[in-house]
Amino acid sequence: MKRLTTLLLSTILISTIAAAQDSGRKIPDVAVKNLDNSSFQTSQISNDGKPIIISFWATWCSPCKRELNTIAEDFDDWVDETGVKLVAISIDDARNQAKVKPYVDTQGWEYDVYIDPNGDFKRAMNVNNVPHTFLIDGEGNIVWQHNSYAPGDEEELRELVEKLAAGESID
Amino acid sequence: MNLLRTATTLFIVAAYFTSFSQESGALEGIQIHGNFDLYAQQYNEDSIIGANAVPEKSGINAFTNLIISKGKFSAGIRVESYLPPVQGFDNRYGNQSVGVPFRYASFSQEGLEITAGNFYEQYGSGLLLRSYEARGLGLDNAFDGLRVRYSPYKGLYLKGLVGNQRYYWDKGDGTVRALDGEVQFNELISKLETSKFRLSIGGSFVSKYQAQPTGASLELPENVAGWSGRAQLNYEGISLLAEYARKMNDPNKSNHYIYRPGQGLFASATYSQKGFGINLSAKTIDNMEFRSDREAGFNDLFINYLPALTRQHTYNLAATLYPYATQPNGEIGFQSDISYKIKKGSKVGGKYGTTIMLNASWINSLKRSYISDANGDTATALLEDFVYLNEDPGREGYTTSLFKASNEVLYRDVNIEVARKFNKAFKLKLSYIYLDYNIFVIQNKVSPNVITHIAVVEGLNKLSKKHSIRWEFQHMLTEQDQGDWIFGLVEYAYSPHWIVSVLNQYNYGNKNKDLRVNYPTAQVVYVYNANRISLGYGRQRAGIFCIGGVCRNVPAANAVTLAITSSF
Repeated sequence: MKRLTTLLLSTILISTIAAAQDSGRKIPDVAVKNLDNSSFQTSQISNDGKPIIISFWATWCSPCKRELNTIAEDFDDWVDETGVKLVAISIDDARNQAKVKPYVDTQGWEYDVYIDPNGDFKRAMNVNNVPHTFLIDGEGNIVWQHNSYAPGDEEELRELVEKLAAGESID
Repeated sequence: MNLLRTATTLFIVAAYFTSFSQESGALEGIQIHGNFDLYAQQYNEDSIIGANAVPEKSGINAFTNLIISKGKFSAGIRVESYLPPVQGFDNRYGNQSVGVPFRYASFSQEGLEITAGNFYEQYGSGLLLRSYEARGLGLDNAFDGLRVRYSPYKGLYLKGLVGNQRYYWDKGDGTVRALDGEVQFNELISKLETSKFRLSIGGSFVSKYQAQPTGASLELPENVAGWSGRAQLNYEGISLLAEYARKMNDPNKSNHYIYRPGQGLFASATYSQKGFGINLSAKTIDNMEFRSDREAGFNDLFINYLPALTRQHTYNLAATLYPYATQPNGEIGFQSDISYKIKKGSKVGGKYGTTIMLNASWINSLKRSYISDANGDTATALLEDFVYLNEDPGREGYTTSLFKASNEVLYRDVNIEVARKFNKAFKLKLSYIYLDYNIFVIQNKVSPNVITHIAVVEGLNKLSKKHSIRWEFQHMLTEQDQGDWIFGLVEYAYSPHWIVSVLNQYNYGNKNKDLRVNYPTAQVVYVYNANRISLGYGRQRAGIFCIGGVCRNVPAANAVTLAITSSF
């Protein structure tokens, strides 16, 4: 009986998930903080119909910083070619929160940076660990996501952004 | 647990029927998403490193989150499995192999958000209240109850909650009730909207209730209240932040049941502009361990969060041998963090620029005068089982000032890091770390303070667009504890799917020649979009693993490790 229930429930669940995936998933609406401590709702993330990268990172995460610093080197070109916006979500808690702005300024990042001090946005986006990167299309749908970073991964991301900017599907 | 099972079943069935009951476009707007996280180890006995035989031979920790959302509604569950728990995680997780310790439903509309069931919350910096999950520590102090967040006007934010906290597969004894308010003046007053001065203030009130245990010899307060106030001011590149918290007398196991109020103060000043940043911070806490059960120990049932005011080291030896853990019963500390980027194209900065980071922290315990009881004894840390009696004149335990440090050094850290990109194919990072670490207080090891010097060289060679090699060499010198260590790592990455790494740690300077042991590990990682699978084999060094100043002990192991994470 127990097994039957489990089987039944799993079937229902999987079919529901499969069906629901057809409609594009949007960015959930969660309150995060601006670097000046004022609040910001994540549903306000937008870029005039152009692609958006959302990257979860932390000041204590070396691969995260490698990824965002590598992208920063050519980010002007990315923006010129595709109009892309990069939203960097720091999951630093009270321990390191005050170090986020100095780090961002020192590195000269031209990203929109927000702080998610207790992981509310991280959980709503189902992020297990950082770095975790999402790609959002012009209609605000989450179309791609990637966990971890290895040097060279930025090339793949850039190609996907270019495709999106050109109106191509990236499936 | 039956209740949980029923709740889960109802949740899934409801989700299913909701999805089909929508008139126009059956599934329009319904979103189901989640993630999966598995960590499994298969153990071998290895007497040289002190890895004992594990009767079960293996351990698995797995977490599956599922969230269903539509418009204003959201509901979720987390299934956790411990089959049995991985070594080093609390055995109490093994009381049940699979269960649903986290489930919630929430609704939000026009500034009002209501959550029933489990939730995480933080007020201000967490000095008085923070519930969160740190899976790597086996820490989860989620509330189970009811939460309301409401913003009646733009710029005014109110929060309230009531609930009990998670205690492994159970719930803690104490009930927590809490309120928080925050005002963002620049949002509230339209004239200030564009002002360069940005000001916010906030305050919290938290109370816990725990009944007096029957037959207790002490008269214990059943309700313990705490409050806090905070302010943050920003002007162009300057940011000033301060938070003060105080709680009423809260006799508990950790403070030897003294009837002294607790307090804490955190302040931070930051200035930054393009290419330069500086942060100075100070923290002092006295008797500020706040848990929803006065008998709780370890990392259980914390209501507040007291992070370590130190750099969170990322290089292996510094991060896992001597990391600082906050001393909630009393410490005073300062930290400074400076970063500077020498311009690219300049003579010193090179073609791509050079970044220099300098960090230092200083932590001592507070100076105390202990008050004796009728027998002339005091509640010092040396008398583990000491408890004052009801009528003792010394029930407050000791006197102190928040601003007077004792001579006891808890932690010193001075570190410098220089990073430079030489050309498209080569980056180099050099670090030096000096630590003075009170291993007696922090890790309970009988030893004088550990003084260490650590040097680290890290390089990244890009072989082509997709191929790269990253390597690290670390050298730690110390006379105390386990003596000198060296560490080497080579990591080969083939983007976007493969990473292969080999590392070794060698305790070559251990005074005991039998303990001069190598700890080699090899690992293969495969990444496909939001899925990551890693398989490794090797020796895991006994150490201490910390997140935010909260730590757990990691036992020595000789193991095959499989880790899978996936988001969907």
